[in-house]
Amino acid sequence: MDRLPKWADIVLVPFLSLVLAAAVSAVVILAIGQDPWEALTVMVEGSLMSAYGWGYTLYYTTSFIFTGLAVTVAFHAGLFNIGGEGQAQMGGLGVALCCLFIPWPHWSLALLGAALGGAAFGAAWIAIPAWLQAKRGSHIVITTIMFNYIASSLLIYMLVDVLRPKGEQDPATARFPSVTNLPKLNELPGLDLLFTQEVRANVTLFIALAAAVAVWALLWRTRLGYAIRAFGKSQPAAKYAGIDATRITMIALLLSGALAGLMAVNNVMGEAEKLVGNSASGAGFIGIAVALMGRNHPIGVVLAALLFGFLFQGGAELGLWTKIPIEMRIVVQGLVILFTGALDMMVRMMLTRIFGLFRNPARAQGAA
Amino acid sequence: MAADLVEGRPAAAAPFAIELKGISKAFGPVQANKDINFAVPKGTIHGIIGENGAGKSTLMSILYGFYKADAGQILINGQLTAIPDSQAAIRAGIGMVFQHFKLVQNFSVLENVVLGAEDGALLGPSLRKARAELQRLSREYELDVDPDALIEDLSVGHQQRVEILKALYRQADILILDEPTGVLTPAEADHLFRILHGLKAQGKTIILITHKLREIMEATDHVSVMRRGTMVATVKTAETGPEALAELMVGRKVLLEVEKPPARPGEVVLDLQDLRVKDEHGVERLKGVSLQIRAGEILGIAGVAGNGQSELLAALGGMMKATGTALLNGAPLPLSGRGADGQSRRHAGIAHVPEDRQHYGLILDFTAWENVAFGYADDPKYQANALFLSNEALRADTARKMETFDVRPPDPWLAAKNFSGGNQQKLVVAREFEQNPKLLLVGQPTRGVDIGAIEFIHNQLIALRDAGAAILLVSVELDEIMSLSDRIAVMFDGRIMGTRDPATTDERELGLMMAGMTAKGEAA
Repeated sequence: MDRLPKWADIVLVPFLSLVLAAAVSAVVILAIGQDPWEALTVMVEGSLMSAYGWGYTLYYTTSFIFTGLAVTVAFHAGLFNIGGEGQAQMGGLGVALCCLFIPWPHWSLALLGAALGGAAFGAAWIAIPAWLQAKRGSHIVITTIMFNYIASSLLIYMLVDVLRPKGEQDPATARFPSVTNLPKLNELPGLDLLFTQEVRANVTLFIALAAAVAVWALLWRTRLGYAIRAFGKSQPAAKYAGIDATRITMIALLLSGALAGLMAVNNVMGEAEKLVGNSASGAGFIGIAVALMGRNHPIGVVLAALLFGFLFQGGAELGLWTKIPIEMRIVVQGLVILFTGALDMMVRMMLTRIFGLFRNPARAQGAA
Repeated sequence: MAADLVEGRPAAAAPFAIELKGISKAFGPVQANKDINFAVPKGTIHGIIGENGAGKSTLMSILYGFYKADAGQILINGQLTAIPDSQAAIRAGIGMVFQHFKLVQNFSVLENVVLGAEDGALLGPSLRKARAELQRLSREYELDVDPDALIEDLSVGHQQRVEILKALYRQADILILDEPTGVLTPAEADHLFRILHGLKAQGKTIILITHKLREIMEATDHVSVMRRGTMVATVKTAETGPEALAELMVGRKVLLEVEKPPARPGEVVLDLQDLRVKDEHGVERLKGVSLQIRAGEILGIAGVAGNGQSELLAALGGMMKATGTALLNGAPLPLSGRGADGQSRRHAGIAHVPEDRQHYGLILDFTAWENVAFGYADDPKYQANALFLSNEALRADTARKMETFDVRPPDPWLAAKNFSGGNQQKLVVAREFEQNPKLLLVGQPTRGVDIGAIEFIHNQLIALRDAGAAILLVSVELDEIMSLSDRIAVMFDGRIMGTRDPATTDERELGLMMAGMTAKGEAA
């Protein structure tokens, strides 16, 4: 079959998909009687043209890196974890318990402890679906999405009936002790020159980037990662090689849940500094799109997370400064997902045809 | 035979049933068919032979409307015909019998024949018409099949007849058969060729795609040889021979016979007693298999596909649970539970070239060097340290294996799916043979492998035997079993029918045993 050069596959296809998504978004904005150029300007200015905007963009990016990596790890084992949302919410519970009930001497230790707590709760939340998948063959897509609803209900119960301080109306935990508050990017030496005012993005960004490197090393440099990828590509072949299906399914999904749970360090500990209902606010689902667009590679995931961070922040700015409703960002996100994920093959086929026209027939014979 | 009468008939205005002119088809950089010209006279059997990847299947797919040719013309009965899809091919009178049957297992023969060719919304009239027509066809062509039998109850040979009936019911005048004997016993294959001759006698034109030189010599009137996308020759079968055809296919002289020194069997390596295997539906696939293999000998398992050979390999390779007792060099080999997985088998010194390399032996999306680690990722020589694999060591080892086993192209970075079938097999063979196993399990070592690579793989097998490995060889190619094995065990219905010495048995005796009869002709 015709194949694209690698650079075109990795760079050109996503870029063209984005351009198409932007073009259709422009048509939608025109259709509601607004100016697409103005919308783009507002989005870029609000998210990329100021330290403040970048702070928000990177804050969202951090969350999306975690949930994107969560989907990526499961994907390489041939499993589709769409329960990142629930696992991130449960991770939030773990983070909150760690911050509230352990007297930490310093934020760095609290960060470590909360990260472990978030990861453990996220992993625990996927443990039952993972076990059902590994032992009973219950489809992970169905079970994880059901667990999202259970997580949401469980969290509401915990917030309303267990963790809510006496006398408070708000279904939320108490504020975390100030020792657990994480430094924002503007509070870090060196970065304070770039971020001259208080921003939302915090030190968790570096944990997210480290997690991306760790996931890459795990998948492409270790025996376990090799077994995960082999199992994901071909279960019959994995059986032939003696790869334990139950073990790989469990490990991959627990890692996936732990990564989703880690996200809570960013939004619960780093930003809200208390646990509220619906804290993950959709980041678990965005992670699916991020992994899809990032071609399930950690580098791609980081870049795609940045793009979705931009869309999230830019979309919020739209709602603030233009007559375009904030819901427009859902439309734009939807279009981006549609074009980069679902219609990816369409762009690829068009490009393949164009490249085929330019291909040198003499070289074609040599390659055969 | 009646065929002589037909050949004596004067040629009509259009003497050729099919004529291809300048057919070309490229998939990206790969030129699958290059300026193919050939013509098939009406009422003849025309063989197409060529190595895997020579372009036979592409050419037939163009003829049946699965692919559109980049250039060229198709003439059916002298008429320029466009074949954009398989419906058009059927309208043009072309019928295709695929290697893998396209039958609905729980439908009756009649329902399968009618499927896709119903006359209206109501099934009744179609079925009545089809029943009458089927009876006529069965009588005329020696195609005895019970129209009310369910497909799943039929033998493979009978299923194939249903495929032929389907084509004839759709009024096919030109019948294309793709590797039709791959799944048949010798007796069933003989019957098939009788049917084909009968069809020819009635004026049908038959195109037979095969890689078996013997079938070409026995059954065809003309034979076309394909090599690397081109049609290198079309000759009268009577005027050629197997050696000449093999040379045309490969482009150089080939040894068709394996040369091997006599075996020097040593200690018993594998001792199996009463091995039983049930599949996932609880059906017993191995019904008490006992056998022994000694160091330095090849035990060949002959049999029609699906008689338990796959399960035998799977059980020994740690892919299926089994009961019974197995001793490897005198030590018990667990057949279920802990220690009965592929990993433990490898540690015990059992290497396994699986029957289906694409499904089991390789991860097609992985690079060659990643596939060399497959099953052996815990080998100390591939570790960089306690944490990480040494990809460099793997790549170096792959490059070396590729050179030793002549894998082409010798590029460790190429994905497994981009190698030809023969080179994929050489990759698997290189990985498994180089473990210096005590026991080597080999399934269909040369299935879909070109003649040049077959020669190479056979020689490597003999070399490994002479180095003292015990080898269990499973193959549906009787020729391969007969030429490689030091002893031949015949499997039928999950049992060993008997063991024979290749020097004193013949194809007829083995064929009977493969069909479940003892040499005296009684059913077992």
